[in-house]
Parts: sequence; C-alpha cells; structure tokens
Amino acid sequence: MKIEQTVQTTPQAALEITDLGVAYESTWVLDHIDLTVKQGEFIGIIGPNGAGKSTLLKTLAGLIRPSRGEIRFPAARGRRHPVGYVPQRFDLDPDLPLRARDLVGLGLDGHRWGFAWPNAQRGRKIEQALAQVDLTGFADHPAGKLSGGQLQRVLIAQALVSDPELLLLDEPLSSLDLASAQTVVDVVHRVSQNLGVTVLLVTHDMNPLLPVMDRLIYVVNGQAVIGTVDQVVQKDVLDKLYGYDVEVLRLHGRILVVGDETASGDAAGFEHR
Amino acid sequence: MTWYQYIWAPGIWGNPAVHTAWTAGTLVALASGTVGVFVVMRGQSFTGHALGDVGSTGAAGAFLAGVGALWGFLAAGAVTGGSIEWLGRRVRERDIATGVVMAFMLGLSALFLYLVSIYTNASNAPMAILFGSLFTVSPSLQPALLGLSIAALAILALIYRPLLFSTATPEVAQSRGIPVRLVGLAFMLALVVAAEEAALAVGAILSTALLIGPAATAARMARRPGMAVLLAAGLAVGNIWLGILLAYDSYWWPPIHTGWPVSFFVTVVSLGMYAAGGLIQRVRTTVREGGR
Repeated sequence: MKIEQTVQTTPQAALEITDLGVAYESTWVLDHIDLTVKQGEFIGIIGPNGAGKSTLLKTLAGLIRPSRGEIRFPAARGRRHPVGYVPQRFDLDPDLPLRARDLVGLGLDGHRWGFAWPNAQRGRKIEQALAQVDLTGFADHPAGKLSGGQLQRVLIAQALVSDPELLLLDEPLSSLDLASAQTVVDVVHRVSQNLGVTVLLVTHDMNPLLPVMDRLIYVVNGQAVIGTVDQVVQKDVLDKLYGYDVEVLRLHGRILVVGDETASGDAAGFEHR
Repeated sequence: MTWYQYIWAPGIWGNPAVHTAWTAGTLVALASGTVGVFVVMRGQSFTGHALGDVGSTGAAGAFLAGVGALWGFLAAGAVTGGSIEWLGRRVRERDIATGVVMAFMLGLSALFLYLVSIYTNASNAPMAILFGSLFTVSPSLQPALLGLSIAALAILALIYRPLLFSTATPEVAQSRGIPVRLVGLAFMLALVVAAEEAALAVGAILSTALLIGPAATAARMARRPGMAVLLAAGLAVGNIWLGILLAYDSYWWPPIHTGWPVSFFVTVVSLGMYAAGGLIQRVRTTVREGGR
C-alpha cells in the first residue's frame, strides 16, 4: 500500500475544500474557503489570534459541522483513517491511572466496545507508534506526569496509530519552550516524510516551520490563502487579506508580519476556542 | 472470651441482619467502587455527591407514599441525573447545574422529611434515610440490588473503552466518531444506580464515602485504568466489610452498649484508606526517586 503511494509521480489530493463556511450564530467565522492539499504535504496554518485557524482545523477533524460547502479526503477512500487529530494543549491530572501506552492504545481501538484484552500485537503497535515520536521507553510512564512536549508527542503517537491520511495538529507549539517545540517540529516532519502522512499544523508563529513546511494556509478574518511562503507572505497578498497595510520583515531568516494594530478588523475582535 | 472474639464478636456469623448487611453491602460496594473510578477520573465527584444527597428526597417521598425506599432513591437520582445532563451541556455549566438542581431537590427533601416526622410515627426514618442503617436493610431487597449492580457493571463493561477515550481526550474521541455525549449519558445512568445504591446502604449524605473514597484511593495508587477499577472494587468491598465488623463489635463498646452506626465506621475506614493510600504513594515515590 505504501509503495504504491510513493511510486505515483503526481501526488493525489489528500484534502479538497470547496466553498467552506462556518457560522456561529450570525457571524461567519470562516467564509468561502477553497483549497486543495496534496498527499504528503506539510502545511502550516498561520494567522493572528481569532482568525479562524483552530476553527478550520476542528472543522476538518469533524468537531465542528460546516454551515456550508464541502470537505473531501480523496486519497483516503476507506483504505486509511482520514484524519488523526491532536488537540490544543491541555493538562492531565498527575494522579490519573493512565500510562502513555494507554493513551496511544485508545487511538488504536478506543472506539470499540468493551475492554482491550492485552495481546502482543497490540502492544507492538503501541510501542512502534511511541518509537516514531522518539518516546521509546516511555510506554509505562504515567501520562499525567509527562512534560508538555512529551504529552504532545504521545498524542501525536495516539493519532498516528490509527494510520491516518492526514495529521491535524492544533497549536502544538504553544506554551512549549524552544527546544521542546523544535523536537515536536522535527518529529512531525520526520513522520510526514517516513509515513507519507499529510500534515496540517496550526501555529501563530510560522518561523519554527520555515525549514520544514511545503506550503502554508494564511488565515485572517475567516478568509484563507494557500501557497508557498514566498507566494503568500508578501505585502500585497497580506494587505488584501488583512484589509489594511501590514509590513513583512525578513530578519536573519525569520519572518515577522507587522500589522497596524490600531486599524480596524485585526483578529476580527473575537476569540474562538 | 478468647482473643479473636475481640475482632469477630460472638454471634456475628449467625446473625441474619449481619448476613443481609454483608450481601447487600458487597453488591453495593462492587458497583460504587468501579463506577467511582470513572467519577474520579472525569472530575464528577460533585455530581456523584449530589446524586446521593437528592436520594433523600426520593426516599422520604417513597416513605410517605408507602413505597420501598430503594425505588424512591432511584427515582430521585434519575430525575436529578437527567436534569444535570440536560442543563449542563458544557463542562463549565455542569457544576452550576448540579448545584442548582441539588439545592431544589434538598428543599423538597426538607419538606418531605418534615411531613414524615409529623404525619407518621416513624421518628427514626429521617435518620435512616440521611445516615443509613445497613443492619435494617430488608433481605427482600437483595435480588433488586443484585440486578442493579449487574446493570451498572454491564453498562461500564460495554462502554469501557469509549468512556476512557472520552474521559482522557474528549476532542480526539469525538474526532474519531465516538458519540461522546451518548457515552456520557450511559455513564450517568450507571452513576445514578451506583450512587443511589450507596445512598441506600450508608445514607444519602454519606454515600460519597463509598462512591468516592475507595475509588480515589485506587486511582491514586494504580498506574493503569483496569488495575484502578479492580483495586477500587476490592477496596470498596473491604471498606463495607470492615465497617460492618467494627459496627458489630461496637455493641460491646461504651457508652451505651447498643452499637454505633455502621455508616460512621464506613466513613472512618474510607478516610483511613485514603490517608494510607496517600502515605504509601509518598513512600513509593520517595523510594523510586531515591533509587535513581
């Protein structure tokens, strides 16, 4: 199955979004989103707070029902699970009787009724998933006592063990120190390369992703533009998206988008979680 | 009197009231302990406590209507559990919904218990409803308790993995197509049964001792969920047994030689276990970290 995918010369679309709209009460949080993501691409979803990044990701994960439009996963076709979702950081009770392997195991068969009877094959799959995120040896560690970056990686393993076509990560880098954030980026990048998984990663800071991402989806005020960094992170493109003048600064390989915060419309004034 | 008679007081094995207390208590403890682990993991202790409390309304109502107390407990639990689920859809609303519903139900309880004390001559009924009296449980209730405990355990066994999944990572569970709300509703059903059984056994107000105490101890000591469930069931049964044993022994204790309430001993053992569990955990952590 995997070989067949790598042999294909022109990658199939992993995700097709047509005229997607999400409304809360009478406000359109996302409107007229049209984009296509190719199989195996590493996509960053970038934008200011409250722009609709997480809403877009949650809609793809099936947590929010679109008010309009269509989302399709053409490459999945029942062969693989379409999406593996890694939620925004949350804290687990340190005394929770749950090990890293239990969390990953739930990703494998948590949707089935009854208990999971221990068997060697199940254990191997779980340990393999943990190895993919560099957490070999952490299988029996209490889940509530993992560090933020480790828990993030266990949740990535939990998503990977279901063999997803797309990996969706909601702000996996926020509230992590630089080193842990870099580890998470490296792990996700390697996984996307080795397993051919398409990655969509939400972050408000695009810089850690610059070396690894193929394209980005820039979301502002419920509108989105997809393209390479050079295509999208340009003054004329972003001016149009923000609806006012912004500056794009490139300093020592880092990119900063400086908006006029006093102008109307930044972040559309609402926070959505 | 030989030494062991200070532990197993004479006549304890032949006493029919003690027999009923053993079997009824064991059935109740099995349900409370297992359900309790998920109550603790899901942070629903307040709901569990409220369900026990409001049982007093149902039991007092049942007493006035001349129906068995168990059915009153269950009816009040079902109404309250349903209202909490319906009102508190979001987690943040849940505690508020629970508090509001509980306050209203306890107001009714005050009225019903007042009426019980005025219009019937069962002056000890309010005490029995609020603080329990395991030795006065009718043997005829045993089949019902058996059925209820089996039902609660069967629900848990059926939804075990989806429940654990929606408890640990609710959003991921939802994205995998698990009907998280439905699973929560099924768990609420098991919780109502367990909480009301506990309310019947150790009293509406003290039911938390059996529902939360052993489960919290087990959740703290165990590292894996299945082990926590088994340990909690064992601790809850041990808790009830030890409570009965001490209560029976207390017939020989001062000041009045009529025995102390069973529920008192159940709560004492429950707290003792929780404290001991914390101590053991602390020692284990120290030893593990010292060994590194």
